[in-house]
Amino acid sequence: MGERRVELEVLRFNPETDSEPRFQRFSVDCPEEWVVLDALNHVKETVDPTLSYRWSCHMAVCGSCGMMIDGEPKLACKSFLRDYAGVIRVEPLRHFPIQRDLVTVADDFVAKLARVKPYLIPKEPKAVEAGEYLQTPAQLKRYKQFTLCINCMLCYASCPEYGLIPDYIGPAALALAHRYNQDSRDGGRTERQEEIASKAGVWECSFVGACSEVCPEHVDPAAAIQQVKIQSTLDWYKEHLMPWLKK
Amino acid sequence: MARSNKPIVWGPFAAGGTITAFVTPVLILLTLLAALGATPELLAYDRLLAFMRHGLVKAAAVAVVFLSLWSAAHRLRITCYDLGLRADTVVATVVYAVALIGTLAATVFLLRLQ
Amino acid sequence: MAEEMSHKPYVRPISSEWIFRHPRYLRYMTREFSCLFIGAYTLLLVAGLQSLSDGRAAYASFLEMLGSPASIAFHVLALAFAVYHSITWFNLTPKAMPLQFGENFAPDAVISGAHFAIWGALSLAVLVLAGAF
Repeated sequence: MGERRVELEVLRFNPETDSEPRFQRFSVDCPEEWVVLDALNHVKETVDPTLSYRWSCHMAVCGSCGMMIDGEPKLACKSFLRDYAGVIRVEPLRHFPIQRDLVTVADDFVAKLARVKPYLIPKEPKAVEAGEYLQTPAQLKRYKQFTLCINCMLCYASCPEYGLIPDYIGPAALALAHRYNQDSRDGGRTERQEEIASKAGVWECSFVGACSEVCPEHVDPAAAIQQVKIQSTLDWYKEHLMPWLKK
Repeated sequence: MARSNKPIVWGPFAAGGTITAFVTPVLILLTLLAALGATPELLAYDRLLAFMRHGLVKAAAVAVVFLSLWSAAHRLRITCYDLGLRADTVVATVVYAVALIGTLAATVFLLRLQ
Repeated sequence: MAEEMSHKPYVRPISSEWIFRHPRYLRYMTREFSCLFIGAYTLLLVAGLQSLSDGRAAYASFLEMLGSPASIAFHVLALAFAVYHSITWFNLTPKAMPLQFGENFAPDAVISGAHFAIWGALSLAVLVLAGAF
């Protein structure tokens, strides 16, 4: 395959010396079949070793290399140079503070993931000696799609509501909560409702749908959130209009 | 965090969005035909009066008006926030008030139909 | 001074130009704007109810007002936005109400298709019953 001269316009920020970020242009020759991550590695190896960014698996399963490429949240390892013309603009994932260059501060996301209690809360305690949980393929299918999240945060970068409302728990965390709510082994939905049906939870979503569009694993967080909204609404009306109904 | 009372506001929004999706386009078509001079039979004064006199029709009309106005109001509230207008409490009060006043007005006019 | 230099992360400011960053955000805004027309049209209907309750003469001038160029232009715009609202709403129904049969989910096209079919049938029924033809 041939080579191609690639122009990268990369946002740089050094917290020790800069008061604001600025763009820096890099010009490197790359094989045509490369991805943006390869081009960044090439720049780091041959031009500027101070360029900082996260990456790991290089095969779209670890979720580390999320960044804005020509204004769209993408995994750098899944963004093929052949799909881009002209100067490629590379910026850190939107809606997160910039730590250094393309590295963002992911603390808010990590904290929100923990808040939704993303683990099985069994309906009744079950000792190991009592045996395994049994689950049919149909029961697995009910939540399987929502297990595919790789925590890449592209959905947060694309969500305008998260950008406008920093308290918003956000697509991935809400989809993860739904994953557990839908799991037949789980009995923790009431507990999770305290977080996800709160003011900072699903109610901040206005169904833009961008999250599901940019998700590289087709988790469809937008669908999860709408399903939680409907369930929460039905719950609320049942609770307030028919309080005699047992939960 | 505690569970929000948002469902009070979201429930009618979702119902109204569904109603308007099913019903508003054909209603607009009916009045558009009237505007263009091809007034549908039901929109003639006597026919419409006779139709709207029924209690069930009045109730349905109030429901449709309320849900349509409420869902439009709720969406407008969200849109204002999206566009940078941050005074959410003020916006919410205004838009929901318009929806409720419109519903009240419709109810009064319908009750006047004898 | 190096000590005074905060090593604080940089927070990028938010601006309303996010709407123009990708066609999907413009489409979202268009869908949201439909509420203005649907709301305004519903208020027009309420005004119509008022004229109906005020008597024959009032209703006649309401119909006359409907026939004005401004009203016709409004109707055309409102119809376009209302239809856009309907299409976007029905297309989203499979996400909000997934139907699982055994191990399989009903295809999206079936769920939204059913809504479109009902919409079409209902609209036709209303037009026929209202004597539009």
